[in-house]
Amino acid sequence: MADSEATVAVHEPDLRHHFDDSAQQLDSSTLGMWVFLVTEVMFFGGMFGAYTVYRNMYPDAFASTSHFMNVTIGAINTGVLICSSFTMVLAVRSAQLGQKKAIIAFLVLTLILGCVFLSLKYVEYHEKWVDHHIPGPSFQYQDPRYVHQAQILFFLYFAMTGMHAIHMIVGAGLLTTLIVMAARNRFSSAWYTPVEMIGLYWHFVDIVWIFLFPLLYLIGHTK
Amino acid sequence: MSHQVVPVKVYAAVFGALLALTITTVAVSKLDLGEYNFIAAMTIAVIKATLVVMFFMDVRHATSMTKLFVGAGLFWMTILLVFVLSDYLSRGWLPGLRWL
Amino acid sequence: MSTALPFAQTETRSNYLNVDYGWKSWLFTTDHKRIALLYLFSITAFFFVGGAFAVGMRLNLLTPEGLFAHDTYNKLFTMHGIIMVFFFLVPSIPATLGNFLVPIMIGARDLAFPRINLLSWYLYIIGGVIALTAVVQGGVDTGWTFYAPFSSTYSNTHVILTAIGVFVSGFSSILTGLNFIVTIHTMRAPGMTWGRLPLFVWGHYATSLIQVLGTPVIAITLVLLGLERILHAGIFDPAVGGDPVLFQHLFWFYSHPAVYIMILPGMAVISEIIACFSRKSIFGYTFVAISSIAIAVLGFLVWGHHLFVAGQSMYASMVFSFLSFLVAIPSAIKVFNWTATMYKGSVSYETPMLYAFGFIGLFTIGGLTGLFLATMAIDVHVTDTYFVIAHFHYVMVGGMVMAYLGGIHFWFPKISGRMYPEGWAKFAALIVFVGFNLTFFPQFILGYQGMPRRYAHYPPEFQVLNVMSTAGASILAVGYLIPMIYLAWAWRNGPKAPQNPWNAKGLEWEQSPTPPPTFNFDHQPVVTEPAYNYSGEEQEVELGRQ
Repeated sequence: MADSEATVAVHEPDLRHHFDDSAQQLDSSTLGMWVFLVTEVMFFGGMFGAYTVYRNMYPDAFASTSHFMNVTIGAINTGVLICSSFTMVLAVRSAQLGQKKAIIAFLVLTLILGCVFLSLKYVEYHEKWVDHHIPGPSFQYQDPRYVHQAQILFFLYFAMTGMHAIHMIVGAGLLTTLIVMAARNRFSSAWYTPVEMIGLYWHFVDIVWIFLFPLLYLIGHTK
Repeated sequence: MSHQVVPVKVYAAVFGALLALTITTVAVSKLDLGEYNFIAAMTIAVIKATLVVMFFMDVRHATSMTKLFVGAGLFWMTILLVFVLSDYLSRGWLPGLRWL
Repeated sequence: MSTALPFAQTETRSNYLNVDYGWKSWLFTTDHKRIALLYLFSITAFFFVGGAFAVGMRLNLLTPEGLFAHDTYNKLFTMHGIIMVFFFLVPSIPATLGNFLVPIMIGARDLAFPRINLLSWYLYIIGGVIALTAVVQGGVDTGWTFYAPFSSTYSNTHVILTAIGVFVSGFSSILTGLNFIVTIHTMRAPGMTWGRLPLFVWGHYATSLIQVLGTPVIAITLVLLGLERILHAGIFDPAVGGDPVLFQHLFWFYSHPAVYIMILPGMAVISEIIACFSRKSIFGYTFVAISSIAIAVLGFLVWGHHLFVAGQSMYASMVFSFLSFLVAIPSAIKVFNWTATMYKGSVSYETPMLYAFGFIGLFTIGGLTGLFLATMAIDVHVTDTYFVIAHFHYVMVGGMVMAYLGGIHFWFPKISGRMYPEGWAKFAALIVFVGFNLTFFPQFILGYQGMPRRYAHYPPEFQVLNVMSTAGASILAVGYLIPMIYLAWAWRNGPKAPQNPWNAKGLEWEQSPTPPPTFNFDHQPVVTEPAYNYSGEEQEVELGRQ
């Protein structure tokens, strides 16, 4: 047993000792990442639940807030994230093929696109600050019928997009780590698990935005 | 690793579809379809999400266990949404007691 | 075919305890067995902290006019609940016995993600320290249920700090569950099919599903609560358009399945103990395994039974009531199957089995009273009374804690390599049983007669039963202290344990040395027989093969 472990260890340097072989290790990593993403679905799900309840309760108030959502920035950001998912999947593909320079190039592109998203988000948040739409003591709303309900919507807007942005920032950090690892030749076509796993995470964050965009920006008919 | 390598063309096609659907959803939101605005937006979002899950996250080649977990996650969030909403939607159904 | 190991491992043999010494080897370990002991130590500490708050409460309730100020009493029951639920009950068996035994029972060398396992313990400690900081700073008085708008708007205690502590420890729970799910799926030894898994593993798998699916929801709920407390946007405040019932929906979506996180591992332990001390395979193995999964799934569909009088719609309440009846069925199936296992079995009465008997009786009472509460017509009268308190203490303390103690005694030889003193252990079990019933049975009567929960004062006619309850609590406290003493003593000075003191089946007893080496096995186990193959061995003896 010890002998065969040592032999395996020599051939598969990235095999951790409690696994029997790298297929088992990869299966574990993949299932582990998917289970984690399921927890993330439930985490965001709670906020989607709150949103659903209040939109059902106050449909007109929610529709009135759509005037103040910057659909242009929202749409551009949606496009930016979709591009970043594309570059991310190309990064994983490059890793599959052992193309070090391509891995780094696509990861860097993904990171840049992520930063573009966050910058545009900052612009949007700043707009909201100027408009006094940040919930709290300084909140003001133009339509006196809907002041309270609108504040609830904006609270959910900031909670949901803010939580999403935090996940993007974490993702940016993970991408940076991947870039450094790739530059140090850690990946080969035999082992590129972190690229694949963080790819899954990145796509998930994209999917959350795919739902946030219509729910927060495209409510009701823009009169 | 034994994943088959997917041609760039496939990814590019999915990418194009996602962008096209984004443009579509913005365009549709500018029309007044009443209740159907929401349904259209959500349908398009689900299609986009499915494309990302199936192609970018490679679930179409994944094991049944992975597919089961993906389904379970979505199903559980649905439980939360449906059961909570069912409380709010069924309030006031009892004649005479408007708040229950 | 079981490769039984030689009798009496001597102390010169390397095992997970003596392989390395020093605080770094413990605090930076990735060995699931050492991490289990780290958890055991910290969870026990939190148990006694939570218990201290209970002592304060029961002292207050000795007299109708009480001992403490109302606000202080509010803090006592809040902190008792928070510490007991989030820092004792939820992690207890999975983080200690589960961490130790799941890899060994499936024939693996460790969990799938050993470093995440260690991170999980650190998150638990950080969350616990944050919560204790809140306690020291003056505590929280919202009740462990944090109902809005009191918690979001009107309470002037350390809600956010406590919420952060619970939030962080929630991630500990999620990571443990994630680790177990992946481990059980991908790291079973050759021949260990799902159908041969010990029911202990099935129970922990079901528990892990709940941890992974439910805990994130309370995490986000606490985030929203914290943000609301800071911004006062109104998400849960009716004065500004919000709905406090929404908070209750989101809170109980996790907190009801959480009680199944607490009880399923207890049931998992009981299955192992009953099989061993009846010398029989669990009756209806498949039904018990599927019931664990059924409890996990159905447990997510019943949370509205906590909202019957909160303003939830009548129709939603009826649906939740019906589903709550359904979720009792798999639990009942388990109780029937354990009983059937003992029938015509060769039953012996060692300490673990005494705790198992206690579990079956007390859990049944607790479970049946849960059905009373699920019945809306009864619930409107006994909700928020001591009836509810008695119900959940019967299942949690009479059930879960007894299972925990039973499991600790059952696997103590495996974990420590030594035997505990059986006489003292039986005595303590008896004290626990008597103390428990004297504490909580009167509370059923109090609740039924209308004494509300969370009240610092009560009408004088309730005093006799309250005094009985407090007396019982003092006996129960003694019952819990005695094992602390003899187990600590036995850890160092108990007689060396043989390889398999109970002659139990299972990879942890038959193929892993006592105590186990760091990688659990000397040789990769290959599994060829079903779980609990007690009758198989007897048949072989009869046929003269052994």
